[in-house]
Amino acid sequence: MFESYVFTQQYWWLIVSLLGAILVFLLFVQGGQMLIYSLGKNEIERTILVNSLGRKWEFTFTTLVTFGGAFFASFPLFYSTSFGGAYWVWMLILFAFVIQAVSYEFRSKPNNFLGAKTYEAFLFINGALGTILLGVAVATFFTGSEFSVDRMNITKIDGKELWTISQWKGAARGLEAALNLHNLLLGLAVFFLSRILALQYFMNNVYHEAISGRIKKHLIINAIPFLITFLSFFIWLLLRDGFALNPETQQVYLQPYKYLNNFLEMPLVAIIFLTGVVLVLFSLYKSIFSQCDKSIWFGGLGTIFTVLSIFLVAGYNNTSFYPSTYDLSSSLTIYNASSSPYTLKVMSYVSLLVPFVVLYIWYAWKSINNKKIDEDEVKTESHIY
Amino acid sequence: MENIDLSLINWSRGQFALTAIYHWFFVPLTLGLAFLLAIMETIYVKTGNPEWKRITKFWMTLFGINFAIGVATGIILEFEFGTNWSNYSWFVGDIFGAPLAIEGIMAFFLESTFIAVMFFGWNKVSKKFHLLSTWLVAFGANISALWILVANAWMQYPAGMHFNPDTGRNEMLNFWDVFLSPVAINKFLHTISSGYVLASVFVIGVSAWYLLKNRELVLAKKSIAVATVFGLIMSAFLILTGDGSAQQVAQKQPMKFAAMEGLYEGTNGQGLIVIGAPTPGKKYNDDQKSHLFKIEIPRMLSFLGYHDFNAFIPGIKDIIEGGYEFKNDNGEVVKALSFEEKSRRGKIAIAALANYNKIKATDNDSLKQAYLTELRENFQYFGYGYFNDPSQIIPNVPISFYSFRIMVGLGFLFLFIFIYSLYLLFKNKITGQKWFLRLAIISIPLAYLATQAGWIVAEMGRQPWVIQDIMPTMVAVSHVDVTAVLITFWLFAVTFTILAIAEIKIMTKQIKLGPKTDGGN
Repeated sequence: MFESYVFTQQYWWLIVSLLGAILVFLLFVQGGQMLIYSLGKNEIERTILVNSLGRKWEFTFTTLVTFGGAFFASFPLFYSTSFGGAYWVWMLILFAFVIQAVSYEFRSKPNNFLGAKTYEAFLFINGALGTILLGVAVATFFTGSEFSVDRMNITKIDGKELWTISQWKGAARGLEAALNLHNLLLGLAVFFLSRILALQYFMNNVYHEAISGRIKKHLIINAIPFLITFLSFFIWLLLRDGFALNPETQQVYLQPYKYLNNFLEMPLVAIIFLTGVVLVLFSLYKSIFSQCDKSIWFGGLGTIFTVLSIFLVAGYNNTSFYPSTYDLSSSLTIYNASSSPYTLKVMSYVSLLVPFVVLYIWYAWKSINNKKIDEDEVKTESHIY
Repeated sequence: MENIDLSLINWSRGQFALTAIYHWFFVPLTLGLAFLLAIMETIYVKTGNPEWKRITKFWMTLFGINFAIGVATGIILEFEFGTNWSNYSWFVGDIFGAPLAIEGIMAFFLESTFIAVMFFGWNKVSKKFHLLSTWLVAFGANISALWILVANAWMQYPAGMHFNPDTGRNEMLNFWDVFLSPVAINKFLHTISSGYVLASVFVIGVSAWYLLKNRELVLAKKSIAVATVFGLIMSAFLILTGDGSAQQVAQKQPMKFAAMEGLYEGTNGQGLIVIGAPTPGKKYNDDQKSHLFKIEIPRMLSFLGYHDFNAFIPGIKDIIEGGYEFKNDNGEVVKALSFEEKSRRGKIAIAALANYNKIKATDNDSLKQAYLTELRENFQYFGYGYFNDPSQIIPNVPISFYSFRIMVGLGFLFLFIFIYSLYLLFKNKITGQKWFLRLAIISIPLAYLATQAGWIVAEMGRQPWVIQDIMPTMVAVSHVDVTAVLITFWLFAVTFTILAIAEIKIMTKQIKLGPKTDGGN
């Protein structure tokens, strides 16, 4: 089943894309962490919100870790180039997740050293930094970064040159990406999207009149900038030159309307994208105008579809998914950055476990999440964040 | 070489060491306590005695606090392979990335899904499903340890791979050789059993505190009973796998073995130093004595390394000068090469790789073949080509020497604690033995010290290799400004220290508060 090298390379780009898409959906946890004070006006309300998110945060976290692990195993040259190069972007993202991981458990415990407010601040920082920087990092798949790759650097032992394979040329070790407007637009779109998804999640997961009453206003406040930033990012993407790969020569070159062409040449991807966008818009309509508490399912699924299609456009159809603007020939494609045929094959068999994982997650959650969180529950439950 | 900034390598190593030490500060308790919880809850389900539910929930609270910070310190490690060891990620990512991805898919989701059921499911799911969830959390945590230890073992003993001259990296040939390498299995068992022993010491120590305070007597005694039996069995495992580790290190990483002992010139029937002090500042080729003083068990080191009282154990000087005979992986007796010869062959391999890639596009097939042959024949010394000075391949002797003795010495102390505790339980005298209860409390920090010492032996002892004989640490490093690494080092040092203080404060407060009285919720 996984004998063809090209097939496994494409298959793993699909897996990585799917993990990325699920991760963006699960960033509703980060979005919610930024809204604790906007929606919760007293201690009990905030505790309800924190506990509602607290039962989901580990999924986002685990998905991020698995996304990283899958990228490492399938496209190690990307791991080496991007993480070792755009050092500050990744370090700040990691830092934002490090401080998140303790905050739920420590927040309400007696003698917690820093006080509940500090842990709530950690959750806010994680929400803001995490969403914006992840969006910016993904946008560089289209806008490119400055680096060079020479695998033979490792043989330069005469002391004249460095033996680092991937060398970053960007001035601010990755932070320069956040100064690029096109990147920033995606960062902000992810930021606002995570907040919208969080509001829809709370509608579904929290039973509390005062909190519910505040949600609609915040939905509108976040939906407008989300639509503006996302559409600007997307239209710009369709219009810009893209990094195309010549399959014969394996050379990367700039091609006008590359990403627009990718959508046109891969109609299935275009359909996934359009379905995703329609679902997100539908969920916005349902949550704002008819207060439908199921809208998170449309919003979530729509997010997954949309992000998946954007990842696929970055890597499929002879496109460089991690282009170098410093040296086009150093650009990474799913073909030159991937693991060996054998490793991809082994990993592909491992990936067959994923449906089983999804199944038990669904089953376990269904069994403990059959009713919304309310004041009663946070007062009587023994394990409280 | 001149261009390679030593402070960059040192700070990058420092950052990895810092984050790994902090991570390992929390993980062993998670690994062991998870099983202790599962055992306690099983007793509850079997007996129906609500006291056991109360006991389980008490330890579960401590588990949750500890688990969170283990997660926080863990994420950074995975990504540091990329951020700080980018050459490494490419050079061996084809093999090393797979266990990390499998860890995510197989272990992390299992852990994080069922931990939620474990904490929030008491009144929502059936008793049996809850118990199953607790067991799955324990398995999830330990499966995750399995994969990361497979990866670590592979760095110490690279198996199941070959070097691909076209991609310029190592590639996996056989997954099972990586996964089931004897070093991987032994390392996994030794490391998790150390976690089980630590968790048992922790449970006994905390319970001893209650006994000294004359509080929670039932909870304390029952917890001590479970932890004592578990700890005793796991101590036996720990010693057995420790013996396996010693043999593997002796045979596969002789330099590490020599450094652990401070041994410069080896003999047949080498003794094991029980107490001693390596001479500070000793060079491998000077005339200073190896130790300021030492007390040895005759022939014991040879026995540890080869289960043969007469085996030859090479010292640091022997390994650098070569010339002694040893059995290689294929079981053939061969003569050890000197450092100089290994370095020469390594340089040939590196040059052959470069030359092959220069002419790869041409049609000079015979020359290509010649370079490839040269590369293949010398590849096992590839990493030595980066070194010119033999002193660069010697790990830090005093640190290896002392860490090893701290680990082993404390391991036997814990064994004594379990045996004596079992004796006291049988005689029903445990509440009266104040000195023993105090010793049990003091043993908690000692258990942490012992497991840290174990990692220090394993990781400091293998320097300068990130992949044994293939890739030196200095070649693995990312070329980041040293100031950037310095800043992140201190950022994480301060953050983790603050979080660790918070964790300890919360933990001690929860212990002082004791278990909730209602038992039910």
